[in-house]
Amino acid sequence: MTNVGQRLAAIRGGGAASRHNARTIAALTTNPGCARRAVLDCAGVDKQRLAAYVDYPARFGQSRFAITRGNAFEAQVKANGCAELLRLLRERLDLEIPEVSYDDLESVAGRESQDLRYARSRALLTRAAAQAEGAGTLFDHPLLRLEVAGQQAYLEPDLIAFQHDGQFHVVEIKSFAVIDGQADSGKVASAAIQAAVYVLAMRELLGEAGFDPEIVSHDVVLVCPRDFSNQPMAVRIDVRKQLAVLRRQLSRMTRIDALLADLPATLSFDFAPDDNGVPTRSPAALVAALEAVEARYSPECLASCELAYFCRHEARGCTAALGKSARDEMGGIERVETALAIARNQLAPADDQQEAAELLRAAARLRAELMSGVAG
Amino acid sequence: MSTLTTLARAEAVVEGVAQRITTVRHVHLAERPLVFIPLTMAGEANAPLAAMVGDDPDDATLLIVPQPRNRDQRFAFAAELANILVCYIDSFRSDIEEVRTNKGKDVRHRYADAPQLLVPNPGGVGFTRLFGRSTRFRRTDGDYPVDPSVPLLGRWLTYFFERAEHPGSSALVAMTQALSMHWATGQSPLEDAQLAAFLAWIAPPPGMTGAEAAAAAEDPVTWPPAGPATDPTFDNEVLAPAMAAYDRAVATDSQVARRRDELEDILRSQLEPTWRQMWQAISLLQDLPAGAHVPKRWAEDRDAFTNFTAYLDEGGFPQPRRDGAVVAARKLHRMERALTSYDVQRAYDDPMVMADYRLTGEAFVGEVTAAHPTRIDDSGKRRALRPWIAVTTGDPVLVTPGTTLFSPEQPNGQKARVMSVAQRDDGTTGVVLELTGGMGRSLTPAPGTVPEVGKRICYTTLSDSFMPPGAFPSREETPWTHGGPPAPYEDSAPTAEDAREEWS
Repeated sequence: MTNVGQRLAAIRGGGAASRHNARTIAALTTNPGCARRAVLDCAGVDKQRLAAYVDYPARFGQSRFAITRGNAFEAQVKANGCAELLRLLRERLDLEIPEVSYDDLESVAGRESQDLRYARSRALLTRAAAQAEGAGTLFDHPLLRLEVAGQQAYLEPDLIAFQHDGQFHVVEIKSFAVIDGQADSGKVASAAIQAAVYVLAMRELLGEAGFDPEIVSHDVVLVCPRDFSNQPMAVRIDVRKQLAVLRRQLSRMTRIDALLADLPATLSFDFAPDDNGVPTRSPAALVAALEAVEARYSPECLASCELAYFCRHEARGCTAALGKSARDEMGGIERVETALAIARNQLAPADDQQEAAELLRAAARLRAELMSGVAG
Repeated sequence: MSTLTTLARAEAVVEGVAQRITTVRHVHLAERPLVFIPLTMAGEANAPLAAMVGDDPDDATLLIVPQPRNRDQRFAFAAELANILVCYIDSFRSDIEEVRTNKGKDVRHRYADAPQLLVPNPGGVGFTRLFGRSTRFRRTDGDYPVDPSVPLLGRWLTYFFERAEHPGSSALVAMTQALSMHWATGQSPLEDAQLAAFLAWIAPPPGMTGAEAAAAAEDPVTWPPAGPATDPTFDNEVLAPAMAAYDRAVATDSQVARRRDELEDILRSQLEPTWRQMWQAISLLQDLPAGAHVPKRWAEDRDAFTNFTAYLDEGGFPQPRRDGAVVAARKLHRMERALTSYDVQRAYDDPMVMADYRLTGEAFVGEVTAAHPTRIDDSGKRRALRPWIAVTTGDPVLVTPGTTLFSPEQPNGQKARVMSVAQRDDGTTGVVLELTGGMGRSLTPAPGTVPEVGKRICYTTLSDSFMPPGAFPSREETPWTHGGPPAPYEDSAPTAEDAREEWS
């Protein structure tokens, strides 16, 4: 194990490393400047449990109804050897898949280790790549692998379609509806970045096996229900931009050693229970550990990071907690009180705050003039 | 967000309570608005789960769909909702007023009041759009017939959604957006999207700061989300078992009514807190005096309502799925014009909104320090009354000589031309203005038409003067660059296909 690896293991402590999946890897691309998040994610700390332990539990969760519906839709699209899906790929997307075989790579006995499953997926996918003239194939639930900050994360895309002219397409099945050609843009964006994670993993796999990574298309296929029905429809999405973002972010994470160098050598987020089931360290000790690593909170974190409520509490009184545009309007001044004091001429601005200070003072003068006429 | 709003947010953080960012109210509030709080089932495409609706704070109607995956139950819900909404709408169709047009030579009629739908958040507006889309093409005959009120509901919901897109309309208002126009909280705009948290900042309970009250209001157990999405934990731990019990009751045909009642109780408990908050928000907004242009914009809503009623009475088709090129271009143009005049009107009505423009140099407020009200310009062929006034202001002045300015305080936003701008050493600016109109026809100004020395006055480049409508080709002349003439309108009328369109 490398030095960095040992250090990260020490930071994680006794708890099992939380595994990355496409969703958590995609989430890494939001707020890349947050050191706290980078360290915790690299070390594989279970942020959800940590947040609950320091009494700022995350508030996400998935409704059972949504999970049921998602599974039912996926099952419907894949029924009868993906008959429905094939029709879509051929008709709507002009993918020439004349004859098709279908390989279900989901664990057969149900007890296969991930390494074994990965090896099998790798063997089948590389064989398909080698036989460029072979028939098209649909690979159901292959297992891919991506290195995230020195750790291997296992990923399971819904489907990978292989076209007979030598192109692989990642197929992502999502159960949000496309109504009159329009879908929720936030959901499409997160589906696109998740699909990009699979494309990247797939390219690594083929690249390692000596193939041209570009045979994995940057056009992914998104399959969604049409309008208010259960009828699937397919669209191509170009994920080149998402791929670039992901690559940049993943390469940043490999430079974690630079981040670690600035942190106390004793830093640890270990809260594994002792033999009696009592966590060995108090919440206060973990709060102190969290405070040792700088966070970059923004309100967007609330939707994507398990620790967001802790960081929000910590960021109270900071201009960043009011949102990015508020922070910019206040010229990057960090504390709200400071910004107000500068605006009210009670504090001299620093040199780099002069321009913002002038605007804030003008605004404060106007507000004072006008508020005299407004009660409450 | 403007610097002023940001500053107000900073003040809210320090004061611990939301700060006003306007002096008046810019949305119209009907005397009897219809509050509508829809809930949807997670995972489905806008499948209604429940709604609380009504125009009386003490009389909420709860509609539920015990099994949202059941198509018949969804349409039964749509029919019940249609009943309430159409009754409410029809109650505005008795009072008609006359409007004189064409300088008083012609008369047209419009309804004296119009329906107003209030939803908690933009999600409620989205629900209105999608529920309108999923019901307006339904047929009342052939396969899968629905109650005649269902497609009518769809048309009305679509009408409300289209008005909501029109800047300055108050026909369908998302409450969190209405509040954020008038108050700045000490949290981010993202967190403002939660009605409970927003209200907590405006009126925190005694002994609590806005931040503490807002954090408490985020607990989904005491303050369930205002919809349309429900809290996932509620779904998993409360709703799913109750729904399963209902399904079992239907399957065994025993105790169906009881299980349905249980579901009703559960869903009422999710909706009632939001219902109370909606009326609290309404009364908070009602306490603000209405801006001067609010009745004018509401009259436009009444015009739109009158026109749409007439369109429906003539048996008009449901609104198409997508607008044709010409219709879309016209609509966009109308919306752009409406947005411009909405921005100007708010600034004219409200010195706190005008302050945003003062900060950016598009307006200034100053004192009239000298006036020559009877100045005559005799350089041209005809002698003309061209009074000069000098205004001193502490605001930054970015306008240059020759620019035309308007004064919101003067009748008809009286025009003035900038003659000179002089920065003084004490930081103030002197501006000399020539008044070009609005003083009567004679060579001496009518009383009160020229600002007197000592008066505080605002001048701005903003003007709500008439904007000529753009010229667009007719539908039939849609250029080939835009796909050529669209298929006849009848083609987008509902077909048997639409009636069959699955609603999973």
